[in-house]
Amino acid sequence: MPKIALSHLETAILMALLISVVLGVVTRKTDKERLQYGVLCFARFIGTIFGLGWLMKLGHG
Amino acid sequence: MADKTVAAALNPQKKVPLMQWVAPVLVGWLIPGAGHVYLGRKQRGLLLGVSILICFVVGLMMRGAFFEPQTGDLLTTLIYTGGNFANKMVGLPYFLATWLGYDQTDVAGHVHDYGTKFLAGAGLLNVLALVDAYEIATGKKD
Repeated sequence: MPKIALSHLETAILMALLISVVLGVVTRKTDKERLQYGVLCFARFIGTIFGLGWLMKLGHG
Repeated sequence: MADKTVAAALNPQKKVPLMQWVAPVLVGWLIPGAGHVYLGRKQRGLLLGVSILICFVVGLMMRGAFFEPQTGDLLTTLIYTGGNFANKMVGLPYFLATWLGYDQTDVAGHVHDYGTKFLAGAGLLNVLALVDAYEIATGKKD
């Protein structure tokens, strides 16, 4: 089994993508709603990742 | 209003036959996404299966560790026993990996640590897929 070493950001984005796909598929009724919700979840994850990242950077000065 | 409440209390929700949902849930547990395919939702099953398996394989490639059940204080029990449960919920891939000799010890380092979370996360995502498969099988959802 090959070994990979993703960075913090790559790991967070990959995890956000996978969770968004699953949440989109299991929580809505139509394909359009699933796609919309999946994209929305992913956008919120990314927003949170960058938001918290900047918050921590600014907090550290 | 009161009559409706009394009627609801006297007529609990109709029980769904066990055989109606056991097979898709069991198949979905063993092979992520297969429960949906079994129920005729091929695209959704494929999306779920691919996502969960990618999560699991990335966890293995990052050399994440499987949780071993431990007891002690509440937090230790919750994390390690819950983590072990989450690992097992991914089904056959977990048993196949352990059977083939994957045995990564818990070592320091962010890559290993993320790998451990990916392995447990794959199982938790499969739990969501199983609940969805159950709801489809029992007619609560399309």
